[in-house]
Amino acid sequence: MQDRQSFADDDEKTKCCIAAMIEAERVILARRRAELEDCACKSGMFPDPGRRRALFAAGTALAAGVGSALAPARAGERKAPPGAVLRDVPDDPTRVPGTPVADDGGYGTRSQFETEVRQRFPTPTTISSWTMTPLDKSEGVITPSGLHFERHHGGIPTIDPARHFLLVHGMVERPRKFSMADIRRLPSVSRLHFIECSGNGLTEWRKPTLKTVQGTHGLLSTSEWTGVQFSAIARQVGLREGAAWALAEGADAAVMTRSIPLEKLLTDAIVAYAQNGEALRPEQGYPLRLILPGWEGNTHIKWLRRIELSDKPFMTREETSKYTDLLGNGKARQFSFTMEAKSVITFPSGEMKLPGPGFYEVTGLAWSGRGRIARVEISADGGNSWQLAALQDPVLPVCTARFRFPWFWNGQPAVLQSRATDETGYEQPTLKQLIAIRGLAGPFGSVYHLNAIQSWAIAGDGSVSNVHA
Amino acid sequence: MYTPRPIFALAAMLALTLNLAVRAQQGHPTRLNIGTTPSPQELARFFAIPPDGRGLPLGKGTYAAGQKVYAETCAACHGDKLQGIPTAGVGGDRLIGGRGTLASEAPVRTVESYWPYATTLFDYVKRAMPLTAPGSLSDEQVYSVVAFILGEANILPKNSTLDAGSLPPVAMPNRDGFVPDPRPEIELYR
Repeated sequence: MQDRQSFADDDEKTKCCIAAMIEAERVILARRRAELEDCACKSGMFPDPGRRRALFAAGTALAAGVGSALAPARAGERKAPPGAVLRDVPDDPTRVPGTPVADDGGYGTRSQFETEVRQRFPTPTTISSWTMTPLDKSEGVITPSGLHFERHHGGIPTIDPARHFLLVHGMVERPRKFSMADIRRLPSVSRLHFIECSGNGLTEWRKPTLKTVQGTHGLLSTSEWTGVQFSAIARQVGLREGAAWALAEGADAAVMTRSIPLEKLLTDAIVAYAQNGEALRPEQGYPLRLILPGWEGNTHIKWLRRIELSDKPFMTREETSKYTDLLGNGKARQFSFTMEAKSVITFPSGEMKLPGPGFYEVTGLAWSGRGRIARVEISADGGNSWQLAALQDPVLPVCTARFRFPWFWNGQPAVLQSRATDETGYEQPTLKQLIAIRGLAGPFGSVYHLNAIQSWAIAGDGSVSNVHA
Repeated sequence: MYTPRPIFALAAMLALTLNLAVRAQQGHPTRLNIGTTPSPQELARFFAIPPDGRGLPLGKGTYAAGQKVYAETCAACHGDKLQGIPTAGVGGDRLIGGRGTLASEAPVRTVESYWPYATTLFDYVKRAMPLTAPGSLSDEQVYSVVAFILGEANILPKNSTLDAGSLPPVAMPNRDGFVPDPRPEIELYR
């Protein structure tokens, strides 16, 4: 027999990654805190100085100190955050002309004072890895395209759309090859949908592990997707009797493949070429991506180049050895596509600090792969009592819903939770319930599809931490 | 034989034409004649191998040849004992061992203990391995390295030859280890 110690298994690999992630998060948090000290706002709420300033301005006791909280920024001493251009900041912007119009070359940038970025999970290689969306800073329901989470298995390909084609073949009457120009001539739809990786939260099965909501829930993003319904493409090729599945294949170095039931493709699948009003970003599948609303992110094949109709699934690596959910009894669930109802409070969330008792607007996101969010309830006492939160209109099917809840913190320790119910009546479960059903197969449980209620503990000093309650 | 008077025939044709014109403005016609027909050669460069082996290429490979392929193109990431290398910059999965561990507190998921189909291993190696040069192995090399891995996993003898006929029937230990998705879980409605 081989020596167990010398062998690395998935869990050991995951353990290494998580240890590295904890360390990476620690370094980032330390850096953010150091930046905060520079701006003389120590008592504020990590990690968003902008939000803290707004809160101070709205408050009473601390309102007098607002002016000094804005440290003057000098170009040359700082590096522009990704996606920003560093400019000199005048003392009084009403006394000097601003930047010349169209000086940006015709494509805008964000403010140099905005710093949120995706954070990479430190997997052993940067070719197969993922980044997480900074949900702690999220507003409304749309994720800026440049902050949409990523999961790549073979790096991000660079694809010339003039040389990219979609082939549709297999159990069809008329195999067809579509250029990008062809695709854009077909009837189109635009829909808002979330995408969530089924591995979102994989570190959290046994104990609270990552500290921020970016770490615990950041494999979730929402965009408006524009493209062609698969049903329209199906009519062009003519589905043959007996076709029941289709293989979707990407044009990346992983040549990513998943088998998709035809019923799903004919229900609401979109072959998308645009995201949030412009062409897809390269890391989101440029020039073409399959959108399967409400299904695990891995099935939304990026860089889509081929759809092969079949009578049976192909049993690819990503639907057998990965993206299957090992249960406590040793059996594994396969083709567990649906992302079930889930929610998380994004403010206040892990590693923030409330400056003192008083009013706070608790806010967050709720979503379900089975339809619309019907309601979100908030508990401030660890789930003993619940109150309804307000949902931002419109509440769309298979899209994140922003919830808001007015809360007066009395300064005593509290545990904040949100609980989503979708329009089917499915209620977001507790972690205990999920583990009772699925078991804990190893240090990371069944890895995928953790949709349990998240708890944030508020300590007496206002600091917020990730807990299991 | 009935012959309509010309004026009625004209009116009928006009009505038909108008009707078609109106219909063309309503909704989407189903067949748009957009796109082209791919040639068999264009389609032949793609593959996805299901469990019945449909589409497996010609050629064959041996355990012995696979040992060499593995040492040259796989061992750097997956380890010389197929043990996996989880460290930064490498990250190759462990490929063998772990039988009987799936229901334990420390499940070890490998080709040997977890993968239900040998065809998946062929498809994935041909498709995406090695990580830094995907698609660079010949079909013979892929058959060979699959024979080597399955030999090291004690699923096949260490002198086996694999081809399109012998790969699909390989009995993988965890072939029956998968269950359909039962969600929504009925336990949540009690």
